Amino acid sequence: MKILVCVNHVPDTEAKIKPGADGLSIDPTGVNFMLSPYDEYAIEEGLKLREKFTGEVVAISLGPDANREALRKALAMGCDKAVLLKDGSVRDSFGVASGLAEYAKEYGPDIVLCGKQSIDFDDGAVGGMLAEFLGMSSISVVVKLDVVDRLVTAEREIEGGREVVSARLPAVISAQKGLNTPRYPSLKGIMDAKRKPIEERTAAPSVVKTEIIALRKPAAKNPGRIVESVAALAQALHIEAKVI
Amino acid sequence: MAKFQGVDYYNMDSLLSEDEIMVRNTVRDFVDDQVIPVIEKHNREGRFPAHLVRPMADLGLFGATLPAKYGCAELNNVAYGLMMQELERGDSGIRSFASVQSSLVMYPLFTFGSEEQKDFWLPRLASAEKIGCFGLTEPDFGSNPGGLITKAEEKDGGYLLNGAKMWITNGTIADVAVVWAKLDGEIRGFLVERGTDGYSAPEMHGKHSLRASITSELVFEDCWIPATNILPLSKGLKSPLMCLSQARYGIAWGALGAAMACYDAALTYAISRVQFDKPIAAYQMTQEKLVHMVTEITKGQLLCLQLGRLKDQNKAKFTHISMAKRNNVHHALEIARIAREILGANGILDEYPVMRHAANLESVKTYEGTHEMHTLIIGEDITGFPAFN
Repeated sequence: MKILVCVNHVPDTEAKIKPGADGLSIDPTGVNFMLSPYDEYAIEEGLKLREKFTGEVVAISLGPDANREALRKALAMGCDKAVLLKDGSVRDSFGVASGLAEYAKEYGPDIVLCGKQSIDFDDGAVGGMLAEFLGMSSISVVVKLDVVDRLVTAEREIEGGREVVSARLPAVISAQKGLNTPRYPSLKGIMDAKRKPIEERTAAPSVVKTEIIALRKPAAKNPGRIVESVAALAQALHIEAKVI
Repeated sequence: MAKFQGVDYYNMDSLLSEDEIMVRNTVRDFVDDQVIPVIEKHNREGRFPAHLVRPMADLGLFGATLPAKYGCAELNNVAYGLMMQELERGDSGIRSFASVQSSLVMYPLFTFGSEEQKDFWLPRLASAEKIGCFGLTEPDFGSNPGGLITKAEEKDGGYLLNGAKMWITNGTIADVAVVWAKLDGEIRGFLVERGTDGYSAPEMHGKHSLRASITSELVFEDCWIPATNILPLSKGLKSPLMCLSQARYGIAWGALGAAMACYDAALTYAISRVQFDKPIAAYQMTQEKLVHMVTEITKGQLLCLQLGRLKDQNKAKFTHISMAKRNNVHHALEIARIAREILGANGILDEYPVMRHAANLESVKTYEGTHEMHTLIIGEDITGFPAFN
């Protein structure tokens, strides 16, 4: 089975994000970057599919040189090879998906896995767009995946419950927390990853549909206030906040 | 609890390679996910978290610097040190387990063992199918191991061991003990397997320190082992001391981890704890304490990093290792005590890690060469005068 896993390199969840001087991008000073957490579920699922069906898992990332770090982690977890589609430009989801699609068309995967969203811009759109570019089925926010012959059965999270859907391969699956427990890269895996190839290509020219025109911090919240009694609280909620 | 972000005041990460950082981060995640949530309970109950051994082996933590043909990761010494730092950030007992399995059991097998011994034991110890311990210290011979009185005699085509060892980490659960005994007056290494007649390893109780680690006695009463159980290349006191150098190297890094955990707890607490209407971190005396802590951690990091680089070039002397072990453990214990003071009464609760680390570090300060012995080792090196006796 040919398994393609799309990964992204994003600011650490603990990082304190500040808009940069240009007002369009974040200030990277003191910000650690990491493999996007939902992508770890995608990698783990890819590795499990390889264990079941044999084949290979290829990790791919579109972005600057720094994205190699995310690819190294994917290799250390057990992916067979990695591809960096090098691109220094600012791309929206359409631009990223179109770039990934160029490679995917050539590679011809049986299944494409990605995180349900990368936790930097949180668009959650790349998986669906990629499926559209490739003419494949798309199943998003997946928490359980079964593949039998060429039939995929997936449970996806929906408001207040779960939906069970099926599709024929090839398909694009976007992973939600709960799909699996991602393995740690073993120390041996980390050392082996140094010997695995990262193929570098220049990403296909960016076609973007949207553009960032401003990046702002949310307005500061007003501090809380401690009231003296339940009666005072009820009164404040009624008279000041007008919520009861 | 917020995820540990590391202590890196001097941007030491810029001196590390990508794989060294990845090794550290992997072990850091493992410790945050698997060790820290359970360690206080195990410490309180005086139980070793044995369920962590297999996951640690799966990660490749045992014998991590040894060759891949034995199933090991072939890490360099800096990556190995960072791994020990993170383990001890969890608990000194967990790091001790890894130190013993790696530096005191796998290392002597690798260095002094026969090909057959290596091929049999190293993969099994790496995967933790087998657990090992190291018996050098005796009830009456601690800082002076050369005086040990455990004796080996040739008998019936093998060796007969008599004597006792004390303060042996992992002893009771070990499948194999690397035991140092005198054969015709010369110290040699022997492998004693669990279940051998005349060998027992009762656990020692009543510890106020390293409570999440097993400490045992090893007793040999006419314990006969086959001739193939001698480590053929072991020769004299230098052999066990070479093992101790490996372990002490890991301890120097490990102490930094314990210190980081205490500093992190103290800093977080000082920023949130309000007295006289402002955080205690806003008072000069608390700031002086925190600054002292982070400065000593930073100095210790640089000491360890350069030591690791020297070790990777085979240029690290045992006296260099003594300096890092002596300095870092001393300051880690000091930092743990200062952290306890910053936390006030809360510092004695096991809701916070500092008292556990402080109690553990009391052991770490005197095991693997006491602070005083390391002073004398360096003292002899720089003056030429041995002042041991």
